[in-house]
Amino acid sequence: MEWETVIGLEIHAQLATRSKIFSAASTRYGAEPNTQACAVDLGLPGVLPVLNAEVVRMAVKFGLATHSSVAPRSVFARKNYFYPDLPKGYQISQYELPIVHDGYLDIEVDEDTVKRIGITRAHLEEDAGKSLHEDFHGLTGIDLNRAGTPLLEIVSEPDMRSAKEAVAYMKKIHSLVQYLGICDGNMQEGSFRCDANVSVRPQGQEAFGTRAELKNINSFRFVEQAINYEVERQIALLESGGTVVQETRLFDADRHETRPMRTKEEANDYRYFPDPDLLPVEIDPAFIAEVTQTLPELPEVKKQRFMDDYGLSAYDAGVLTATRELGDYFEAVVGVSGGLGKLSANWVMGELSGALNKAGLEIGSSPVSAEALGGMLRRIEDGTISGKIAKQVFEALWAGAGSADEVIESQGLMQITDSSAIEDIIRGVLENSPKQVEQYRTGQEKVFGYFVGQVMKATQGKANPKQVNELLKKMIND
Amino acid sequence: MALEAQEVEKIAHLARLGIDPDDISEYARNLSDILAFVEQLNSVDTRGVEPLAHPLDATQRLRPDVVTETDERENFLRNAPLTEAGLYLVPKVIE
Repeated sequence: MEWETVIGLEIHAQLATRSKIFSAASTRYGAEPNTQACAVDLGLPGVLPVLNAEVVRMAVKFGLATHSSVAPRSVFARKNYFYPDLPKGYQISQYELPIVHDGYLDIEVDEDTVKRIGITRAHLEEDAGKSLHEDFHGLTGIDLNRAGTPLLEIVSEPDMRSAKEAVAYMKKIHSLVQYLGICDGNMQEGSFRCDANVSVRPQGQEAFGTRAELKNINSFRFVEQAINYEVERQIALLESGGTVVQETRLFDADRHETRPMRTKEEANDYRYFPDPDLLPVEIDPAFIAEVTQTLPELPEVKKQRFMDDYGLSAYDAGVLTATRELGDYFEAVVGVSGGLGKLSANWVMGELSGALNKAGLEIGSSPVSAEALGGMLRRIEDGTISGKIAKQVFEALWAGAGSADEVIESQGLMQITDSSAIEDIIRGVLENSPKQVEQYRTGQEKVFGYFVGQVMKATQGKANPKQVNELLKKMIND
Repeated sequence: MALEAQEVEKIAHLARLGIDPDDISEYARNLSDILAFVEQLNSVDTRGVEPLAHPLDATQRLRPDVVTETDERENFLRNAPLTEAGLYLVPKVIE
């Protein structure tokens, strides 16, 4: 039987505020345990939560950027469960009236497929603390620094049909929240993590299959792996006559499998009710208008502009606007190069990205500055160096050998464009290869490439290839 | 609505309350009475009435995003029965 995968994602983005969502304690990462957990975060008797204005602003930004509705009135609710890193015995979240709802995001699945993914809702909530299970004489250590850290939980519609689409969507949200400056996107530190709801159904069937929830996945690679393993597991189960149980599963990256979390009965009976400690949050149109003014150029707008202004393909423009930093770098290169959009795109996406990947670096820490790369492209454009030699120059730039002009000068990489000099070299090559000349004259035209190769070799790649071709054609027929 | 003994046990478990099995039937009776009392509200026609999120006719005040809390860890840790290395220690819970 053919199976169809159905995926919905719940993404938790930690909002980049200075203080917590309901208290004035710091959210700084990496502090000594419990030094940033105040009486409110600890849930001591008599304390009251007071909502941080910045989290409201950030949630509204996200709503505006995803074509969502921003609720004029939203309500905080208590989600009740017991766990030692949740001191109050409930998490303050939003349930019936989330601050943002009914939006969408378009993702590029591949070079020519764009898909719209619905965003059901995005709501504000507080994070829990951290449990440390190792090495306390059989006890668990609790660090409440993270308790009360603001989160935006972004819930998608079950619109994705493959692990690849899920990753594309997750990357798009990851890029968007960083564009908006509402989340630092740091996945190692847990600022951006995701739960995936995965089910399968026979191709063509309308009703959804029973889903499993994969918890707390904190890398793009793991999302893809976890979903693929889970889909395989469910299909194997169904094809052998079993049924999928609705449950929460954990992905084990080392063992390449998902397995059920040991869950007590009634684990999901959260008994939500409106939190009497907090009043409804009202957002008026004037505030929305004010926030709209502060929105940066969004990825999809920037993408369209790159296509219009620089003549880039949709795919290239999509890649170059994937992060704000990459887009800024590209535009800086174009600026320095004197407007060479396409050439800049090729080099940024090709040579530079390849080298960065290999070195495990982000664009922000590229050893080749936009000025250096743009300067080199100018020298390709004006014929000082060939595209081939440029790769050599690029390597030198990467190694920190100065500007492109300095490298070209000091390593003598200037292109040979003097016709008589090239003619001398061609003459030499022809004289040394009587056999190949004979072959060429008797119709074996493919030996032409051999001559070009010999000339380029003799000039150490510095001859202008176009010129070599023209001159060679003329001389070989004489 | 009359609660069964099983539901009383579930409610107690969710609230992490230990109850004496001998008291269950009385709890069931008392809780059922409370539910019956509240259920009278169902006779009111509430079509077109917006659900009430809070009895006060006011909206949430917001505070500026400024850190004003200082580190009071030593004071807070003093209230806990067991601590180590700046952590609160609790019975082992692992899922």
